[in-house]
Order: sequence, then structure tokens, then C-alpha cells
Amino acid sequence: MDFPKEEFLAPGHRGCAGCGAALVVRLALKQSGKNTVVIAATGCLEVMTTPYPETAWEVPFIHVAFENAGAVASGVERALKAQGKEDVNVIAFGGDGGSVDIGLQSISGAMERGHNLTYICYDNEAYMNTGIQRSGATPWGASTTTSPSGSVSYGEDKPKKNMPMIMAAHGIPYIATASISYPEDFMQKVKKATETKGPAYIHINQPCTTGWGFEPAKTIEIGRLGVETGFWPLYEIENGEFRVTYRPTERKPVVEYLKSQKRFKHLGEDEVEKIQEYVDNQCEELGI
Amino acid sequence: MTKKVMTATAAISNAVRLAKPDVIPVYPITPMTKVAEYIADYVANGELDTEYIRVESEHSAMSAAIGASSTGVRTYTATSSQGLMYMHEVLFAAAGMRAPIVMGDANRSISSPLCIMNDQQDSITQRDAGWMQFYAKDGQEALDLTLTSFKVAENENVLLPAMVCIDGFIITHTNEIVDVPEQEDVDRFLPPYVPKYSYLDPEKPVTVGSMTDSKYYMDARYGVEVAMNKSVKVIEDAFKEFKDIFGREHDLIETYKCEDADIIFIGLGSVCSTVKVLVDEMREKGEKVGMLRVVSYRPFPSEKINEAVKNASKLAVIEKDISFGMGGALYQDLKTTVEGKEIIDFVIGLGGRDITPSTIYEVLERTKNPSKIINWIGIEEDD
Ligand SMILES: Cc1ncc(C[n+]2csc(CCOP(=O)(O)OP(=O)(O)O)c2C)c(N)n1
Ligand code: SF4
Ligand SMILES: [Mg+2]
Repeated sequence: MDFPKEEFLAPGHRGCAGCGAALVVRLALKQSGKNTVVIAATGCLEVMTTPYPETAWEVPFIHVAFENAGAVASGVERALKAQGKEDVNVIAFGGDGGSVDIGLQSISGAMERGHNLTYICYDNEAYMNTGIQRSGATPWGASTTTSPSGSVSYGEDKPKKNMPMIMAAHGIPYIATASISYPEDFMQKVKKATETKGPAYIHINQPCTTGWGFEPAKTIEIGRLGVETGFWPLYEIENGEFRVTYRPTERKPVVEYLKSQKRFKHLGEDEVEKIQEYVDNQCEELGI
Repeated sequence: MTKKVMTATAAISNAVRLAKPDVIPVYPITPMTKVAEYIADYVANGELDTEYIRVESEHSAMSAAIGASSTGVRTYTATSSQGLMYMHEVLFAAAGMRAPIVMGDANRSISSPLCIMNDQQDSITQRDAGWMQFYAKDGQEALDLTLTSFKVAENENVLLPAMVCIDGFIITHTNEIVDVPEQEDVDRFLPPYVPKYSYLDPEKPVTVGSMTDSKYYMDARYGVEVAMNKSVKVIEDAFKEFKDIFGREHDLIETYKCEDADIIFIGLGSVCSTVKVLVDEMREKGEKVGMLRVVSYRPFPSEKINEAVKNASKLAVIEKDISFGMGGALYQDLKTTVEGKEIIDFVIGLGGRDITPSTIYEVLERTKNPSKIINWIGIEEDD
């Protein structure tokens, strides 16, 4: 695949070294190009890219609040339509907190109304901007500052909310999961999403060096491990057709993924086994 | 009692631990997140037996708090800025439903533009919701006011929610020596909550949160007004009992050298600590100045304020909020309650802009030689 040279997210933003969120945006915008308007929810991405009087965005950008990116994007999309600019790609970015928790209602409304937009949830599995609190997307067993491991706690006690399938239940034409460690797969999906007439949703796994606890140089490696272990499956649902887009030839044991990150380091054998079982079931269900 | 060095968020969390709320729904937001985190640690380590609900938004935090409180248990939550704004709708519901919830608010500016630094616009904007509002100057006072708030809110003559506000970062993130009371003393001051009126209980079914027509609506609103007025005495009594048990004194206002002052600076929260130091310095230079800090903003201690300022000729209101074109809220409140004084308003420190001694000297200068009533300090004004 040819990667366009042009960048629409300038370097020098304030993300941590090794931040995967910046990669999500760079890759998505390389694909969607100049003719794009971006909407973002409050979160690391918005905070690190828009410190006034600077901005990292080379395409038009708007942020309003934490819980409403879906609705703001709805307004932008209809205003473009009112001006006869239906060819503009409308892309909303929200973190997992801004998408699966506080912003869920707003996204649901946008999807239901059928706006012509792409919503990309960059999922680092916690509220990173405020210092690593759990979200509905935090996986079972992960230690965060509001689901800490302790003498009577093994960390997060709920499984991850299955947001892509919640989006699928809206009957929208395009849904996909992705990983920053598989850029071609992701960009292919952004292409399909932006070319889709109607709402599209992409949920991309984004390793976070600060929140997950790993060396900044390992971002891509960890994202890949997530996919190779089956912890994070890659698939798409196009007009109701489900398709796995990447199948690891041999699934690695999930412990390899878990031991690479500080947020799981407190887990004992029993917990690891439970997670392996969860992953096995998930893979079986999806045919991976 | 144990004296320890800690931040104000830790002090508040200790108050919550000692008050033992049965339900704590909470959502993270800077600079109040630490309270959610400390409580999570207490729960993870078995130090606090509470139902800690990790909700998905502040609207849900306050809604869950109302649900819990209406089911007859002690309830706490904490937030700041955008979170408080997102609760706005249900804050009014909490007061109207007479749910004695206690909430901590770290005062932070509100968007747009997005800024996480301190001012008091977030809580001031909620002043008409029917909540009691207290503004603490430091972590110790925040701890004390949090404990007192439970007692006052749950009092059968009040039954209103209470908000304890502290300046974000300036206080939330500052380490200071805090005297953490013993559990048995707190238990004496704050026995378990026993709701007087009915709550959600299958044994005695009641309907909570009814729809009413004009025949009843106004009476319910008036009920909040009466409770707010009655709370003054309840707060004073609670402060007396607090002093007896813990030895620390609190009041609805704090005054400093007001008796013979010609100009009195009036404000809320931590800025008054800066002013207090400067009052001494200014007095050495021959300025007859004093300081009045409003601790209880709702109920508004009109009588006490009038008494304290009776000998002054000018009041310089220093505040970190603005009702555009009309000055700040404290200024407007003082205009309504204090007669026969020249009251000048100073909007300062919005979004955390530094308030230094020279800022306060400028306030003094502009109070002595006023050119207008509403003054923005620290920016170039467009005349
Ligand atoms: C109504 C409201 N509540 C809380 C906040 C504080 N806040 C800002 S960003 C954030 C977490 C963002 O988490 P996520 O959406 O996962 O994005 P990330 O920072 O992880 O990229 C929170 C809690 C806010 N800005 N507005
Ligand atoms: S905390 Fe995580 S998501 Fe946020 S900027 Fe750092 S690496 Fe990126
Ligand atoms: Mg996140």
C-alpha cells in the first residue's frame, strides 16, 4: 500500500513520547486527506493538540466538550450539507471515555439519525487525560487509579464494554475494529468508512505508554501483541456482513501481552487464566 | 487526632472516610480526581465499606446520588467545573427533592476556552439550585466543612444538599498540615443518618419526584427557601458542637480587622488568605483596611456581614466569577443586602491568572479613587 506523504497533524504536539493517539490521527487523516473536518471530544488528543495559541491541526478542527462529539459532528455534517459541501469528510475522534461512557448517548443519536460521518474511537482503555481512571472500556483485571489493585481488589472487576457490537446494533452501514500496529488495515477501513454514505464507526486500539506502563519505544510492539494474542480482534461489518480482516497464524498466549504492561503486573495465575479463557471464548465466537 | 501533611483532596477524602457514606457515585475530573482515587484506594484496601459507583458521567453521578439519598442513606460525591456544569439539571432536582447529598467541588474555570485552572464560576453559576454552598480557605477547613455539611444537610429542619468548594490547584494540590479527627469523635459529632421522612422502601411505599401543577409547585419551591433560611441557625449550632468536640472554631464569615476599617476587602476562598497578610502590611502604611471572607455563600449571612461592615465606608469585592455586564455574583448579593456603602467590584484571577500582592494593591488604589463600579483586574480594559 502507498502511504500518502502529506501530514495533517503537525509534529510538536504535546502527546507523551510514544503516544499511539497521535498515530491514530496521522493515519486516518493521511487517508481522508485535506477535504476533511475534524471534531474531537475532550481528552488527551484534544488537550495535546490544541494548546492556544498553537494547534497541531492542518485541517479544520472543533472541540466543544467531553460528552457531545457525536452531536457536534451531526451539526457540522448538516451545515456542510446545507452549503452543498456533501463531499467533505466529517470525522469525529473520541477517546474510550468520551465514546463508550459519557458520550454514548450522543453517538447513538448520531448513528440512529444516519448522518454521513465517521466516528473513530481511539481506545486506550482508560481516562488518560485525567490520570488513568477506569472507563467502560477498561479490560477486566487492569489496575487503574479508580480500580486499583489492593489487598481486597484485583483491579477492574467488569469486562470491557463491547462498543463495536453496540454500534452494530444500530444497523449502520460500516463498523470496524482496528489497531495502530496494522496501519494498512486501519487505513483501508478509514477509506471504506469515509466512502460509506451514512454513519461509520471505527474502534481502534491505541496503546498508551503512560497509562499502560511500558517503554515509549514499544507502542507498536504492544499493539501487535494485543492482536497476535487475540486480545484485540480485527474485523469489519460492512452492510451487515461480518468479516475478520486479520487472523494471527498462531495465537500467542495472552500472558505475553499481560506481562508487557504495568497495569496487569499484579495479576496472579488464576486471573491470567480467567483472561485467557475470556479471550478464547471471544476468538471462538468471532471465528479467529 | 493525628496531624499529618497532606493535600486538600486528601483532607477531604479523610472527611469522607470518617463520615462513612453508604453510597459514593463519582466521576473523575481535574483537579478533583484525587478524591475519587483516594476513595477507590480506601475501598480496594478495605478501609471504607461503601458502595462506590464508578458512573459514566457526572449527570449520572448526581442522578445516582439522588437515587441513593432518596433511598434513605448518606451519600457523597465530588466534582469540578465541566462536571458540575453537566450536573446542572439534576442539582436543582436534588434540592427540590430535599436530598441531603454532600458534594465537594474543586473550583475551576469553565469552557470555552477550555482551561483547567482556578476560578469560581463553576459553583457560583449553581447558586440558584437550592444547594448550601461553603467556600473553604484550606484543606483543614475543607475537611471540617465536609463533616459539618453532612450534619447540617441531614438535619430535619434543613434537608438540603450541600457543596463544599475549594480553589482548584491553589488548595487542592497544596500540601499543608491537617489535623485528622479520630473516628470516635466523628461518630459522636455525626451519628449515622436516620431519615425522618419516608424514602423508597417497599414496607412503606411513597412516590418521590412527583409531577405537580401550579397549585403545589410554588409551595415546594418555598419549602426550599424556608429550609435555606433555617439552615443558618443549624449551621451555627453545628459549628458550636464542632468546637466542643474538635476544638476548632468556624463561622459563616471570617473577619479580620474590620472593626475600625474604612475599606473592607470581601471575597470567597483562598484569595482571602493573601488579602489577610496584605491587610497588616497596608495598615503599617497607614491604610485603614480589613478583610471579610464569606465562608457560607448559601445561606448568605446577610446579618453577620452587615454587622461586620457597619463602620466601613467602602467595600471592595474581590471575586473570581462574572455575570457579563453586571459584575460578579458576590457584588450583586452585597448590593442587595448592604445599604449605605460604596461597593466596588473587582473581577480577578479568572482561569487561574495569578493574584499577587500588587493585584490587591491595585484593588486598594482603585477603591480609594474609583473610576467605575465593575473592574477587571489583570487585563487591559476596553474603556
Ligand atoms: C463533563 C466532563 N466531565 C469530566 C471531564 C474531565 N475529563 C476530561 S478528559 C477526561 C477523560 C478522557 O478519557 P478518554 O475519553 O478515554 O480520552 P483519553 O484522555 O484517554 O484520550 C475527563 C474525565 C470533562 N472535561 N467534562
Ligand atoms: S497519556 Fe497516553 S494517550 Fe495520553 S498523551 Fe500520553 S501516551 Fe497518549
Ligand atoms: Mg481513554
